[in-house]
Parts: sequence; C-alpha cells; structure tokens
Amino acid sequence: MSTAITAKAKESFIIAGREFTSRLIIGTGKYRSYEEMRSAHSASGAGMVTVAVRRVPLDRSSESFLDYLDPALQILPNTAGCYSAEDAVRTARLAREALQTDLVKLEVIGDQTTLFPDNEQTLEAARVLVKEGFVVLPYFNDDLIMAKKLLDAGCAAIMPLAAPIGSGLGVQNPANLRIMREQLPGATIIVDAGVGTASDAAVAMELGADAVLMNTAIAEAQDPAKMATAMKLAIQAGRLAYMAGRMPKRLYASASSPLQGVIK
Amino acid sequence: MRVYVNGESKELSGPTSLAELITQLDLPAARVAIELNRSVVRRNEWSTTTLQDDDLIEIVHFVGGGSQPQITQNDFLFSV
Repeated sequence: MSTAITAKAKESFIIAGREFTSRLIIGTGKYRSYEEMRSAHSASGAGMVTVAVRRVPLDRSSESFLDYLDPALQILPNTAGCYSAEDAVRTARLAREALQTDLVKLEVIGDQTTLFPDNEQTLEAARVLVKEGFVVLPYFNDDLIMAKKLLDAGCAAIMPLAAPIGSGLGVQNPANLRIMREQLPGATIIVDAGVGTASDAAVAMELGADAVLMNTAIAEAQDPAKMATAMKLAIQAGRLAYMAGRMPKRLYASASSPLQGVIK
Repeated sequence: MRVYVNGESKELSGPTSLAELITQLDLPAARVAIELNRSVVRRNEWSTTTLQDDDLIEIVHFVGGGSQPQITQNDFLFSV
C-alpha cells in the first residue's frame, strides 16, 4: 500500500502546495477559435493554463475571454509582452487583483526578434514579487547559475526555455537541462517554450523536467486536439522513462543474447 | 476634467469615481483590473476613488496567450 502511495505522490506535480495530476501546462493563444482551444485543453488533460494581461479595448465591446475556459482549470496569469522588471511587476499586480490568484508566470523579454528573456530584469522582478507574496514561476535562459539565483530569490519553480518561444525547435541544449536537474534535485523545473512536437516534450521529461509548458506546438498543429493528446502521452512516457532510469549510452555494441551455446 | 484611460484622453463632465468610469465605458467589472497612476486600486475601493485631472488609468483584462502572444500596437501594455 505504501508503495502505491509513494508512486502516486511521485506522479502528482506540486507547485506551492497545490497538486496537479497533469505535468502539462498549456497556453491559450494562437488558436483559430475558442472552440478549438477548448477541445485542445480538454484533450491535453492539463490542469493549468496560462493567460496574458492586456489593455481592455475601449472602442468595442469585448467578450470575456475567461468565460471560454473550463472553470476547473487553474489559471496562471503571465507577464508576456513586458520588457522591464517594472512593467512585469505592474502586470503581475493587476493580474492578482483581477483573478485573486498569487500565481504568476514571470516573463521579461529582452529582445523582439528572439524573444529571449532578460535574465537581469527577470531576477529583479522576481525579488519584488516574492516579497509581495506572489508564487513566482520565471521564464529564463537555460542557465544553471541564473536558476540558482532565481531559487535563492524565492521562486516556487524555474522555467528554462527549450528553444526560442514559438520556434518548435525542441530541446536545443539537453546538457544544460540535465545539469540543472542533477545540480538542483529539489527544484521544480518546468521547461517552457520551444517544444514543437510530442518527442520534444518526451525529451524534456526524460531529462528530468517536472513539467512542460507549451502553447504554439498545440495551437498551430493542423489538429490541435490530436496534438494535445499526443503531448499528454509524451509527457507521461517521458516521465516514466525518467523515473525508470535509462540505460547508459555506449559507443559499441553490447550483445543482448548469451555468447555461450551458439551452434557450431 | 481630463483623464487618460489606456493611453487615450477622456473628458469627464463632473466628479467621477472609478466605478462610474467602468459603467460609463460599459466594461465587464468582474473581469477587469484597474491601475491608477501606476498603483492597483482594489475592487472594493473603486466606488470611493474619485478621479482627478490628468489621472493616468490603465484598465486591463485577460487575453489568450502562452508566451509573448501576437499583439497589435494598440493592445500593447503600457505603451503610453
């Protein structure tokens, strides 16, 4: 019985005391329609979705986007679009007021072409937000030292990128993610951005990520609901492979069958 | 009296609270958050917060996005 409980505990994913059965977190942007988004969300099995904060248009009535989300989903507001620590902090405060959640996916972009994060501004914003009681999940470059600084600042999890946002290139630097996992065994690591297809998500999980956050890979698929299912399975497969402990890689062959008793 | 809402100039005829502004703009009060001169105003303070000349007001809501969603210039946050 205790084994079953341990196995179950390992399979749930916890952020700041909140438990999620799925290790997949997905976005809400770029879908062709709200219906398509909803069916993809449902197929993915994700328990948490991320949303962006923007000015309300004053010249036209706008539907409330939140009404299209399954109320059972945990909403993770993000600071996407912010280019300074100050704007990210303001955005996080507004999101908390509107949603009554202290969770925030902190994102401070440093460059419009690559959308690479500004690590320095991200760290500055993280320190302010943690002090204000936010549960901070920062998007950052896949750098161990930065990861340590963000954790020291009190971030609840760290979210290294796999590749540029929306690029679909997959994990570009597996060594960095593996080093991060090995050096920070107690940290919650969520790979955020750059996943293109199911095998990319599986690779991220096999490297020891606790979860993967993605948007474009599902939203821009020809059939988002089908891709959402593929991602769900890939995350599960990758997690199982990580927990199973893979065999070591060897340069040369190693026979699977006994060498003795071969007929002469 | 003139105030700025999301970067746009607005003429107000008389003393106006934030709650009244939201009603005048026909916005879904339950789904927005307000910042007045760079500080968030809690929902329960909207009706007692009266606007002053040249106040800078940001009213935000939520939109679809994962990371850095495609946005137009007008939607850009805080691009006053």
